[in-house]
Amino acid sequence: MQTTLGTPTASAIAFFFLIVALTLAITWWAAKRTRSTREFYAAGRSVSAFQNGLALSGDYMSAASFLGIAGLVALKGYDGMIYATGWLVGWPALMFLIAEPLRNLGKYTFADVVAFRLRQTPVRISSAVGGILTVLLYTIAQMVGAGNLIKLMFGIPYEAAEIVVGAVMLAYVLFGGMIATTWVQIVKAVLLLVGVSLLTLLVLARFGWNPGDLYAAVSTQLGQEALEPGGLVTSPVDAVSLGLALMFGLLGLPHILMRFYTVPDARAARKSVLYATGFIGYFYIIIPIVGFGASVLVGRDVISGIDKGGNMAAPLLAEALGGTFFLGFIAAVAFATILAVVAGLTLAGASALSHDIYVSVVKHGQATEQEQVRVAKASTVVFGILAVLLGVLFKGQNVAFMVGLAFAIACSANFPALLLSIVWKRFTTAGAVASILTGAFLSVFLIVISPTVWVDVLGKETALFPLKNPAIVSMTAAFLVGFLVSLLGREPRAEAMFEDEKLRTYLGVGAE
Amino acid sequence: MKSTHEMLLSQEFRTLVRRKWTVSVILTLCLFVVYYGFILLIAVDKTFLARKIGAFTTLGIPLGVAVIVLSWVLTALYVLWANSSHDAAVKHLAEQVKE
Repeated sequence: MQTTLGTPTASAIAFFFLIVALTLAITWWAAKRTRSTREFYAAGRSVSAFQNGLALSGDYMSAASFLGIAGLVALKGYDGMIYATGWLVGWPALMFLIAEPLRNLGKYTFADVVAFRLRQTPVRISSAVGGILTVLLYTIAQMVGAGNLIKLMFGIPYEAAEIVVGAVMLAYVLFGGMIATTWVQIVKAVLLLVGVSLLTLLVLARFGWNPGDLYAAVSTQLGQEALEPGGLVTSPVDAVSLGLALMFGLLGLPHILMRFYTVPDARAARKSVLYATGFIGYFYIIIPIVGFGASVLVGRDVISGIDKGGNMAAPLLAEALGGTFFLGFIAAVAFATILAVVAGLTLAGASALSHDIYVSVVKHGQATEQEQVRVAKASTVVFGILAVLLGVLFKGQNVAFMVGLAFAIACSANFPALLLSIVWKRFTTAGAVASILTGAFLSVFLIVISPTVWVDVLGKETALFPLKNPAIVSMTAAFLVGFLVSLLGREPRAEAMFEDEKLRTYLGVGAE
Repeated sequence: MKSTHEMLLSQEFRTLVRRKWTVSVILTLCLFVVYYGFILLIAVDKTFLARKIGAFTTLGIPLGVAVIVLSWVLTALYVLWANSSHDAAVKHLAEQVKE
């Protein structure tokens, strides 16, 4: 099959500029409404439940979900579908366990919750370590993916792609703060859902609107194995460990948790999670149809010939079904997806630097409104430049493990401390710091000696640690360490403050 | 009006907190059964999911979709409960505490 992929076609360029113009117009509009810290970090708590539901979906559905899972299904068949289910199941857990306390206790970041009644300096610093580590790894994975994808789709050099992504998303965050970032996520989520729905409809139309006929074509062309579980899930412990990372990692992703402060109250927070779960669930249900469609209508050889990982399955399918024009649209949607996710991550990283470290630790919470906004913007620039530099530095590296590692750190460093601080009166500052640091360093250490890095990246023969994802060990260890260290000493001030915290957690009394 | 301390000791508040966590824990357990049940089923018995339910369609396909749909249903159940009866109880108690 002939493809125009990799050459900048008129439609791809037109859609690309249309999206950039639209999002920059939103930013210009949002900039006039972004003066206070509350507006910069939390969009003035004025985002509706439906809007936040779309924005949460936008933050979560990355290019890796869209292009990666479609490619995985195209090349590996049913295994890609198993992988897709894991990405949704964190949302109900987020709702049941931390959604309301998070909304009621915090102000701008999840560290606000952990530090609510514990000693500010040590807790803020360690939470920022966990938070920034998660965000940085996630950002590196996104930026490297972005450079490769943009190079494949538009044919522009990797470094130039990094700078374009960095500059555009920096404009959103720097001038429009959370208001612009939220609207960029909404635009992107709608475009992505429309784009993938169109692809699905075009695939189904080819098979007489009967998925059974699609599977028949898959079975005839690729063999029945494509519709059966393959090598992805073999060891039960490995499978559960990855599942734990995906499920509870969500409960520790700073850029997702930050969105809870953009809605007016806990009630709206709950509704927004329900909307998000609906949109994301729908997305993961239809994306396998796109993947299977690509495997029979484009062919596995063509897909893996252009990109080994299969990332171009969806764009190639778009071209096969809707021509160059539709390819241009899908390529621009993928680009918008990358921009929006990186913008969300940058805002989260900047808020950890400025709100948790500078304002809470350096200034002991004593900073004027003006100073806080200035520091937030400076941190945004620092984080944005860092993202571009890391993207260039990791060019050509195998960074697939970094998303897994980000989820492992999120579920081991951020989530246990967050949950324990909400439910357990005796939780102490020492317990929180020990739990966060154990979770962070143990997940990094274990993933380095696991098959994911030790064998796949460093090329050694056998791994020192058997599991591909360390979550089952590192998360358990973080809970245990947090529990045991807290039992070693008592913190009367924290215990005394638990009453106020409880009232705010469950009744929302005094919530921002 | 009640003080914070009186509220925390009141039967009503304690019932509210206990009920919230009962609902949360039950739904979390359901989620675990659905998701880890699915994953472990694949790990232990691949032939079960490879069984055909149509001419070519395998049982694994509708089961994968069911995991996603059930996750959403569990979320919806929680919101339905929390935004109606739970929120009413929260509001009733919150009005009794001085800020």
